[in-house]
Amino acid sequence: MPAQEETLNRILQLAAERFQIPRGQLSGDDDFFEKLGINSLQALDLLTQLENHFSIELPDYELQGVTDFRTLAERVDSRL
Amino acid sequence: MSSFQGKTLSFSLADEVFELRLHRQPCNEIGSLALKELEGFVRTLEEQAVRAKALVVHSSMEAGFSAGADLRELYFGLQSLGKAERNAGVRDFLERIHRVFNRIDQVPLTTVAAVHGVVFGGGFELALTCDMIVADRTARFCFPELRLGLIPGFGGIPRLKRDLGNALVRDLLLTGRSINAGKAAAAGLVSQLVGPGHALRAARGIATQATKFDSRAAREAKRFIKPIPHLELEREIETFCALFDRPEVEAALLKFVESSQVQPYLP
Repeated sequence: MPAQEETLNRILQLAAERFQIPRGQLSGDDDFFEKLGINSLQALDLLTQLENHFSIELPDYELQGVTDFRTLAERVDSRL
Repeated sequence: MSSFQGKTLSFSLADEVFELRLHRQPCNEIGSLALKELEGFVRTLEEQAVRAKALVVHSSMEAGFSAGADLRELYFGLQSLGKAERNAGVRDFLERIHRVFNRIDQVPLTTVAAVHGVVFGGGFELALTCDMIVADRTARFCFPELRLGLIPGFGGIPRLKRDLGNALVRDLLLTGRSINAGKAAAAGLVSQLVGPGHALRAARGIATQATKFDSRAAREAKRFIKPIPHLELEREIETFCALFDRPEVEAALLKFVESSQVQPYLP
């Protein structure tokens, strides 16, 4: 599996667990605000989960305008 | 009176430990009522300090410790006022919150902020008044004020400078980004890092440890290591007030309050 797909899958798994949504209902092109039903505070919570899981630091301004899991995975990959 | 149940916060004193619990929905925004209740808290804290050796500050709100100043109240509260009254109102609020924070900062007890989730703006500034910050891994620290055309106004810059290297202070202030608890611990801002949901337990452990020590020695140790940067704090109020009195800030506040998000915290 290419690295970016692996990152995406791990993000989808983490998001599913954190926000209690079946993993099968999430895909890379989903708008995570809409699909997870989260606000910006909860998005920061997701960011913290990602930083802790991947042992990275991802400045929140780099997520400006990012709403889909695939682009989020690209941002995470750029910090690995 | 050594216990109080308010609308935004509650406090109690037991076994020589004060506990201040923040509980205003959604995330302990600090507005006029919170300020009034904080003023009541510091009065009791000072009156009863001889009966205590430690203070723990924490939040029972799921979203976090505190999202900072109540910007909605600030914006809407000022709309009906003229320019001079508006500026005077902001200055009065800042001077009152500085008095409260300075008194918590210098109270002769060992003070611990137990934080989780959102620790933003004024909430971050409240945590910085404490001798120690214990954070669980969900905590995020941020000074978002530059997004509004402002600087932190509740003592944030001088107190952050007191605790951290200037490079990270500049990064936080000038990017407005948030950092997680691990980064904050690595930088020396957080003294104990714990798993999700364990910050209060760890903070109570510190408080219990503090009750074992001689009050005078603890007080002298604190006085030795934790000076209050009064001149910079006063300068911060002046700078904030000068920045506040601009149309750019009013436009930024309007954008914030009109956001359809529950709280628009992403930059």
